[in-house]
Amino acid sequence: MYQVRIHGRGGQGVVTAAELLSVAAFREGRHAQAFPSFGSERTGAPVVAFCRIDDRPIRLREPIMAPDALIIQDPTLLHQVDVFGGLVPDGYVLINTTRSFDELGLSEFLARFRRERLYTVAATELALKHIGRPVPNAALLAGFAAASGRISLESVNAAIRDKFPAEIADANVAAATEAFDFVMQEMQEAGHAQAD
Amino acid sequence: MLKQTEGSAAVAEAVALCRPEVICAYPISPQTHIVEALGRMVTTGKLAPCEFINVESEFAAMSVAIGASAAGARAYTATASQGLLFMAEAIYNAAGLGLPIVMTVANRAIGAPINIWNDHTDALSQRDCGWIQLFAEDNQEALDLHIQAFRLAEELSLPVMVCMDGYILTHAYERVDLPTQEQVDAYLPPYDPRQVLDPANPISIGAMVGPEAFMEVRYLAHAKQQQALELMPSWADEFRRIFGRESGGLTHSYRIEDADTVVVALGSVLGTIKDTVDEMREQGARIGVLGITCFRPWPTAAVRSALAAAKRVVVLEKSLAVGLGGIVSNNVAASYAGTPDLVHTVIAGLGGRAITRRSLHKVFGDAVAGRLEPVTFLDLDHAVVGRVLARERELRRSGPIAENILRDLRVVAARVG
Repeated sequence: MYQVRIHGRGGQGVVTAAELLSVAAFREGRHAQAFPSFGSERTGAPVVAFCRIDDRPIRLREPIMAPDALIIQDPTLLHQVDVFGGLVPDGYVLINTTRSFDELGLSEFLARFRRERLYTVAATELALKHIGRPVPNAALLAGFAAASGRISLESVNAAIRDKFPAEIADANVAAATEAFDFVMQEMQEAGHAQAD
Repeated sequence: MLKQTEGSAAVAEAVALCRPEVICAYPISPQTHIVEALGRMVTTGKLAPCEFINVESEFAAMSVAIGASAAGARAYTATASQGLLFMAEAIYNAAGLGLPIVMTVANRAIGAPINIWNDHTDALSQRDCGWIQLFAEDNQEALDLHIQAFRLAEELSLPVMVCMDGYILTHAYERVDLPTQEQVDAYLPPYDPRQVLDPANPISIGAMVGPEAFMEVRYLAHAKQQQALELMPSWADEFRRIFGRESGGLTHSYRIEDADTVVVALGSVLGTIKDTVDEMREQGARIGVLGITCFRPWPTAAVRSALAAAKRVVVLEKSLAVGLGGIVSNNVAASYAGTPDLVHTVIAGLGGRAITRRSLHKVFGDAVAGRLEPVTFLDLDHAVVGRVLARERELRRSGPIAENILRDLRVVAARVG
């Protein structure tokens, strides 16, 4: 079972991101379960959503306490909510920010995790560019797809097209595709740096 | 057709496939997505002929459902929590009149303190009202139980509540197999009412009944529910033949064949319990699970036979009979052939408290080791409770308990789990 936890604020499409991920996994023939942290879905309030992916039916209903991957849609949560709680040692992290881990003051903390699995993506900027609204969810999901290889960009984009009307879907797919390419590029550069 | 969708959307699709003719509802979380989806289907003409009636309260919702059903329409509504309580008088009327209304209850706690999260207090508060009450384990079962509910309701001329865990199921995206219209039509014949208000053939429904006949009317309500116990397994078989999967029935047992310890529960927590039981089985514990699908009528014989070989029973329930202990466990104890002392009550998940494998391992492990208390509150913060009691001993005007605890815990926003 693969478990993803998504943190953000009400209005950023956190719950939708988990739902899209579950639809993308379903399209690849997997079982998936997406659910929100309930009740606090007010604009601006901290929101958590969860997605489990497995090859067999998922019965477990507890919140995800030891995620294999974390998507953090709002960096202002970093010092407010225990977003990293329970992250497995070889887990993936994607943070929506234009800043570096150093600038976020996270380098020391993140040293215990595998550097090549930690990414920052300027997802809000990509969303503003393509969608015209600060909804970073699709871009981050595509970034997760690139970083983890757990799901294909095609499936993420198909899930987006399932969910949204054509015009909004096109804009989200454009943001997702650019984010995917960005993370792939980062991974290549990191690979070259290691090879050097 | 396999589909990855939200529980509420799946239920709305299932209800639409049942061709309801009148849907009335008043919004309350976590039920709202279901009737919103149905409302859209009526507006777009996807669900026709059907009248969607926005009402001014839950009391009105059930009253309109009663009127529609008495006039011969297939009627549906949905509610939760305080909404269910607000319609309580009409709920009893629907049952007493024998009107086959189907209602989804998206289970949620009852205030005060106000709490919008899941537990079973709402549905269980209405356990003696005369409605059939079915509990879904996952979204597939929630979908299937709605189709079965219309059949059950109309064959017996009794209303049916389909209970599904609020948020945990209603707001969860998972895979469901949506049946075809042909399958549903093959299972669910058109509504043929036993009683109908028809101007061409006038009757009255809802007479005042005095001591000379009231007992008989009530007895027949009981007898009908007993009849349901006999009929439900065969209707579940028929469902399997048409839809190709097990769903519904009275109870579901899991790994109980050689189990010394059997855990009994209702609803979506059964999934987490089964995962825990699998892990305990790997460690050699002889433990199994009995899921109650049909809570009313209470399946006495099925429970008794499922628990026949159990040396101890753990009833894990999301409800509390304040001043007594468990509600479900009382029903179970009455159906257990062993001594009632061996039926343990675990109150869990009240007001949305997450029920985790870690906590279940501990409480089931205690049960297997023979050291579980008669009544346990899972993951109760005893320190907080102790401080409240100390404060009450020290201060006459100790203040409101809920606010004091929130201040003690420094809660600024509700926590996950």
